Amino acid sequence: MKLTEEQQAIYDGSKGETYAKVMQTLVRYGELFGADEMIPVTGEYGHLVTSFGLKVIHPVYKLMDELIGAGVTSKQKFTMDPRPLDKNVPSGPIKDLVFKKFMYSMQDEYEEQLKKLGLLSEDGFSCACYFDEQGNKPKKGDILSWAESSAVVYANSVLGARCNRNSGIIELFGSILGFVPKFGLLTDEGRKATWRVELKTSALPSAQVLGSAIGMKVMEDVPYVFGLSEYLGEELTDDVCAYLKNFGAATASNGAVGLYHIDKLTPEAVESGEALIADDAKTYVIDDAEIQRVIDSYPVIWKNPDAKPKMCFIGCPHLTRSELCGWINKIYDALKKNNHSKPVIPTVLTSAPGVLRSIEGTEEERRAKEIGLTISYICPLMYCDNPLVHSTPIITNSNKLRTYTSCRFYEDDRILPIICGGGK
Amino acid sequence: MREFKGRVIVPGECTAEALVSHDGFNTLASYQTSFLTGDKKATCSDQNNPDLYKKPMAGVALCLPQTIGSTTGGMILYTASDYGRQPACMLFSKPIDSIGAAGVLLSDIWTDAKMPTIDSLGDDFLEYVKTGMKITVRDGGIVECD
Repeated sequence: MKLTEEQQAIYDGSKGETYAKVMQTLVRYGELFGADEMIPVTGEYGHLVTSFGLKVIHPVYKLMDELIGAGVTSKQKFTMDPRPLDKNVPSGPIKDLVFKKFMYSMQDEYEEQLKKLGLLSEDGFSCACYFDEQGNKPKKGDILSWAESSAVVYANSVLGARCNRNSGIIELFGSILGFVPKFGLLTDEGRKATWRVELKTSALPSAQVLGSAIGMKVMEDVPYVFGLSEYLGEELTDDVCAYLKNFGAATASNGAVGLYHIDKLTPEAVESGEALIADDAKTYVIDDAEIQRVIDSYPVIWKNPDAKPKMCFIGCPHLTRSELCGWINKIYDALKKNNHSKPVIPTVLTSAPGVLRSIEGTEEERRAKEIGLTISYICPLMYCDNPLVHSTPIITNSNKLRTYTSCRFYEDDRILPIICGGGK
Repeated sequence: MREFKGRVIVPGECTAEALVSHDGFNTLASYQTSFLTGDKKATCSDQNNPDLYKKPMAGVALCLPQTIGSTTGGMILYTASDYGRQPACMLFSKPIDSIGAAGVLLSDIWTDAKMPTIDSLGDDFLEYVKTGMKITVRDGGIVECD
């Protein structure tokens, strides 16, 4: 890899051994993927995936201490994935004790480390850092050093920024140096689609299932999707962006998609159209039968598959303001219709801290309180992804949560009656 | 005995028993329970991976196509290495993925763990190698399966 004078000096130790190791890590990382240069990070803020102060990842805190001790700070401020704990989320005394005193006992100390390294703000904890309410929304063409698969795929696809699917720690190193190795999704060639996806369903499929189908088929490749804009339109409205957020998160978690193009809708597809599709692209046709096949393929890994659900999470990734208000109103109306005053099972709606603040004092907040809905900034995945919770039958409308935990997936129209007592 | 050749990601030599995953290796799902329980054998907790589930991963020659799953994966592998619970070597049949690459490089540069890593060994490798075989990794990306 050809380095600039400044980069070479850091590599050789001009800023100390720790900076040199950070640079060496990124150089070796880039060389594995054919990068021949390091390019400046131009996005204003970074975004880190490791938001949880899990006691057992002590080596991470040791590494953070090494960075801080050596005077290393991030060249750019950064936001984080959601916090793993929120006292408002129903758990119980044993889980509370285990969560706070054992599992996530390093949360406060870790957040102190993050502040020293460049945490943007106390409220900068959401997987959807790109929401207007969160303030980390890159511009088209910005070069990013982010992790969090759902944020990376959204930034690349919907916002037209450029970011590789980085791992935790690697994304911090890019923010520290202000440079990232140029390869993959940072290059024009790497952003070409190697799959043509033809949507031939009789109605708009659920974003979560369509994304899952495409993710499982194309894995880490780039798909170009035809037929979706016929349902979604050709404008990136709030509702369309929410659909694409959920779709992207499913492609990234059920597969490893870092970028997708939607014909006539996403910025690069609007700009370049089919010229974005590689000559040897493979084709994947999705019809109603294929959607059903994908839904039927999801295993139910509850100990008792017929167990009555004990909890429901909606909002992985975090809900947009419009989604959050929509869910509160849908649940409220359905409960009234079914003559229930509270959800049949404890239900948690999760969204970004900025979104939660934006609904303070609104009718939706009042309704949520009236019916006992929990509204939280928590990361549902962090809550569910531990042995204490594995035995609890939890349902969700998130394909990402289904993939990484024992939660059972239902589409929106099926989960609503379960929450509100109108269905099985 | 059969010999395969791949690309050296992390140099080194070792001999260990093969543990073969035909599906993508989900780093977070595989390590999460052993981290929580302090299990030094790093028993695999990924219920979706029948090849590895409940098998110890520390000190084995882990044979896999690529890693999959959460972008915390690199950090998780680094953590396993710092604790000394990493595989003896990682042998990828496909070109290494970015999350797996992060994990092995962080382990190599930021810990004292030794974990030679070879990629691009080919689909033949993963078809041939079986769990329990004796694996020897030699300089130059040579992998012997016995």
